[in-house]
Amino acid sequence: MSDSSFERQIRVYDIPGGIHPPENKMQSMGLPLGEVSIPSELVFPLSQHIGTPAIAIVRVGQKVLAGEKIAEASGALSVPVHASTSGTIGAIEERILPHTSGMSGPCIVLASDGQHQFVDYQACSNYRQLSRTELVEKIRQAGVAGLGGAGFPTAVKIDPRNSSIDTLILNGTECEPYITADDRLMQDYASDVIAGAELLAFILGEPSTIIVGIEDNKPDAIKAMRSAAQNTRVQIVSFPTKYPSGGERQLIQILTNKEVPSGKLPAMLGIVMQNVGTAMAAYRAVRFGEALTWRITTLVGEALEVQRNIKTLLGTPVEHLLCELGFQPSAASRLIMGGPMMGVALPDIKVPVVKTTACIIAPSHDEMPDQPDAQACIRCGLCAEACPVSLLPQQLYWYAKSEEYERLQNHNLFDCIECGACSYVCPSTIPLVQYYRAAKGNIRQQQQEKIRSDHARQRFESRQARIEQAEVEKEAKRVARKEAAEKAKALAAQKKLEAEQNPSEASATSVTATLDPVALAMARVKAKEQDPGVQKSKLERALTSAQGRVDKLQKRLDNAEQSHIEKLTAQVKQAQLRTDDAQKHLDAFNISISKSEAKTPITPVEDFDTPPPTDTKSLKLASAAKITAATVAIERAKLSAEAFASMSPEEKLQQQLASLTQRLVKAQQNLAKAEAEGSEHITAFKVGLEKTQAKFTSTEAELSRLQKENS
Amino acid sequence: MAFIRRTSPHAHTASTTGDIMRWVIYATLPGLIVLTHFFGWGSLINVALSCVTAISCEALVLKLRRRPVLFYLKDYSALVTAVLLGLSLPPYAPWWLVVIGTASAIILAKQLYGGLGYNPFNPAMVGYVILLISFPVEMTRWATPATLLSDGQTLPSLMTALESVFLGNSGAIDGYTGATPLDLFKTQQGLLVEQIYAQQPLFSLASFAGAGWEWVNVAFLSGGIWLLYKRAFTWHAPISMLLALSVMTFLFYGGGNSDSGGPFMLHLFSGGTMFGAFFIITDPVSSAVSNRGRIIFGAAIGVLIYVIRVWGNYPDAVAFAVLLMNFAAPFIDYYTLPRTYGHAKTGRATRGRDL
Repeated sequence: MSDSSFERQIRVYDIPGGIHPPENKMQSMGLPLGEVSIPSELVFPLSQHIGTPAIAIVRVGQKVLAGEKIAEASGALSVPVHASTSGTIGAIEERILPHTSGMSGPCIVLASDGQHQFVDYQACSNYRQLSRTELVEKIRQAGVAGLGGAGFPTAVKIDPRNSSIDTLILNGTECEPYITADDRLMQDYASDVIAGAELLAFILGEPSTIIVGIEDNKPDAIKAMRSAAQNTRVQIVSFPTKYPSGGERQLIQILTNKEVPSGKLPAMLGIVMQNVGTAMAAYRAVRFGEALTWRITTLVGEALEVQRNIKTLLGTPVEHLLCELGFQPSAASRLIMGGPMMGVALPDIKVPVVKTTACIIAPSHDEMPDQPDAQACIRCGLCAEACPVSLLPQQLYWYAKSEEYERLQNHNLFDCIECGACSYVCPSTIPLVQYYRAAKGNIRQQQQEKIRSDHARQRFESRQARIEQAEVEKEAKRVARKEAAEKAKALAAQKKLEAEQNPSEASATSVTATLDPVALAMARVKAKEQDPGVQKSKLERALTSAQGRVDKLQKRLDNAEQSHIEKLTAQVKQAQLRTDDAQKHLDAFNISISKSEAKTPITPVEDFDTPPPTDTKSLKLASAAKITAATVAIERAKLSAEAFASMSPEEKLQQQLASLTQRLVKAQQNLAKAEAEGSEHITAFKVGLEKTQAKFTSTEAELSRLQKENS
Repeated sequence: MAFIRRTSPHAHTASTTGDIMRWVIYATLPGLIVLTHFFGWGSLINVALSCVTAISCEALVLKLRRRPVLFYLKDYSALVTAVLLGLSLPPYAPWWLVVIGTASAIILAKQLYGGLGYNPFNPAMVGYVILLISFPVEMTRWATPATLLSDGQTLPSLMTALESVFLGNSGAIDGYTGATPLDLFKTQQGLLVEQIYAQQPLFSLASFAGAGWEWVNVAFLSGGIWLLYKRAFTWHAPISMLLALSVMTFLFYGGGNSDSGGPFMLHLFSGGTMFGAFFIITDPVSSAVSNRGRIIFGAAIGVLIYVIRVWGNYPDAVAFAVLLMNFAAPFIDYYTLPRTYGHAKTGRATRGRDL
């Protein structure tokens, strides 16, 4: 099939807005691709891409070869860094990065030896034999990141897990004025770019459409690419020159008439886009095993004697490049890395060329004069006419200035691609994009603060809820206990009544009545403790926890300062003693178990009633405190019940009378106190007192009746 | 070595706000020339007087506000206001009328609100309306166009004009005053359109609308088209205003009967129609901001102009219509946000959203 048949299939659409700044692309295309000498010192920032910075894997003084990995990717969203020439690692230190703020970041500094010796690259003649995962890994290991400007890790973008891709677009738009690096690349390396397109298509599961999009101001590149793309599925599409057609979302709109939903990725539409240079780097990484160690950089601007494209080793200081091309510092108004629309003003001439450095502009004062002071915004709307994403830049400016962040978000500030078209056309020379960047930063910060405060509030609220829940549970338990007590009382009263009716049975029933709850509790505990296995595991758990405590304390002892050591040593000793006890107890228990197993099985009651001889301390440790307490209580209850049962009815009544007298006195005291304090519980106390008095009178009457009978 | 740290973009167009303002002034020149041709020195004196007043007032207020005077004067915005007001005042208006109007426009309508870019109302129209309400007699005394002068009568000389303006010697000018076409049409109600056109020399001597006035409007239209070509503003507001006004004239023409609102050409090429469409409602500061919003803004002004002209008390209505819609501009803005890339629907400026 000839490529002209494809041409008809791809329709080109227009994007809203856009501007036509002077292209200034001729200056650097006059000369073929050039090279400069190897600099004596190269600088490799560990973060040349979007994502986590790489981690240095070389040490100072180590000799490395060109293409050798000097920093490893950390995590999925990261790419490694390779030495671009041979030499010795001179330092790993903070250096100024190519960033407007002039901030520093960790860099590996390489002193070149001038030999430019390469490592052995592992070539691969037929990549179709490899699995997609292997290919992605090869591209990742070669350090390939988006060369168009953003530096997004390529391996992440072409992850084969994303299987629903139907369109692969290579971006050869290069819509920024001045830059011609991709133009040069497409002319000089057309077959590599096409091969790259085919490789990426293979990795992405052969999408139905493969397009290379090129603006129509690069006829030579279009021609070279068309001839290279013959007999392939790759279609070369050219479209009218307009800035910013090369933005990812804009190019998608131009070539497919689809819009990537706000906040989503192109992959959602089944589209993957890569820069043409990235495609070539990916191809060379797979085919020749080459690491990403060089790129084409446009050096342009009237402050240079020679303006041309240079095959640049990554890490080359900008100063070295400029000096080789006859840079006159006094003539330059500024220094820009990237294009004039979105490029970064370099803080220092010593910053290195990184993976995303497509262009360095050294403009003269006439070429890019200092901007005049901003005038008032007259809302002329030229910015809205220029905006490629149909925002209202004049309103955004208004709200950004007055810090109305909600309004800014309603006006879709975060859809702004910061292309700079609005600032470019603004007749009042207002630095609009700068306002948007600042507002975006502030909003992001606010959002993070909100998330933090939300977390704090959630923590506080759930703590309150926990406390309330605990209170409710406590209250419920209290109520349950009270009810149980009242029921028992009622039962006892009934029994007593019965006893009065059948005096002969009285003593026996009253004993059972008193014993009843105790017996129940005993049965419960017994049921629990019936199984020696449970008991054993309990003891074992106690042992482990005691051991854990010893270990923990030992650790704390190791860490503690001198002043704490004595105290901690004591604690450790104590803990060890407890451990010994627990161990002893476990041993004893084991022996007793084995013994009892050897004998006829003992009855649970016997087992319970004769607890193993042991000190209370270890029992407590063994979580058996309850058992002991219960046992003691049961014993006591038994004794008192027996004592009570053995009493004559008269004695019983007398005792009751004595206790009631005490209660009466106490109730009177309480009432007096409540009255004195004016407490709201006065009525309750009064009722209590009356009841006690009634009971006292009835008991007294009973007693006198008995005494009379007896006498 | 260190360089200037500026954020992107580093490139800018050459045209500035001052340029746009100057274009507007240039674009009024055809209108001014035609006005002078038909009505004599009056309009020129108006414009010169209002320019001097405007610059003085602007400089004075900037000084009081401790702003750099020259920097702000260089945006030419005060001159634009002055020229627009000077053009809309009747020729040979007394000097104090021009001064009061211009001072109100610059000081009250513009600087008190914060200067250029912050005024909610069109300053020239505020000045005009203040004068129209305060001094209705002086404001409605328009000159007779040269076409209608009797044989042997010529337009007043410069000296006569200056005398009339500065010394209040209005007697010399009185012979030159006459009704505007819109005035005339309004006062002749009860007659058929055809009859009015046949009886009144203002119409019978005209080519298509009203003698003199038609060419004034054509001149402002040509200036406006040049500004459109220069992209000083977009087509949305002026075209929608003219369309809305046209639709109204067709709806209420009534076949030219005695109740007719007036023919299409009369409304489009009389009074301040073209001047308003291309020089007044295109003031970006006080209009709606989005293109959709400007269409609504312009159309509403077109309807209001017709309503006030035909059923209101004032013969011309551009100033009132513009000021009324200046009020509504922020409201229009809330409902006319453009649809942003990647969004299914257009937003609402007021819609609440969590940060």
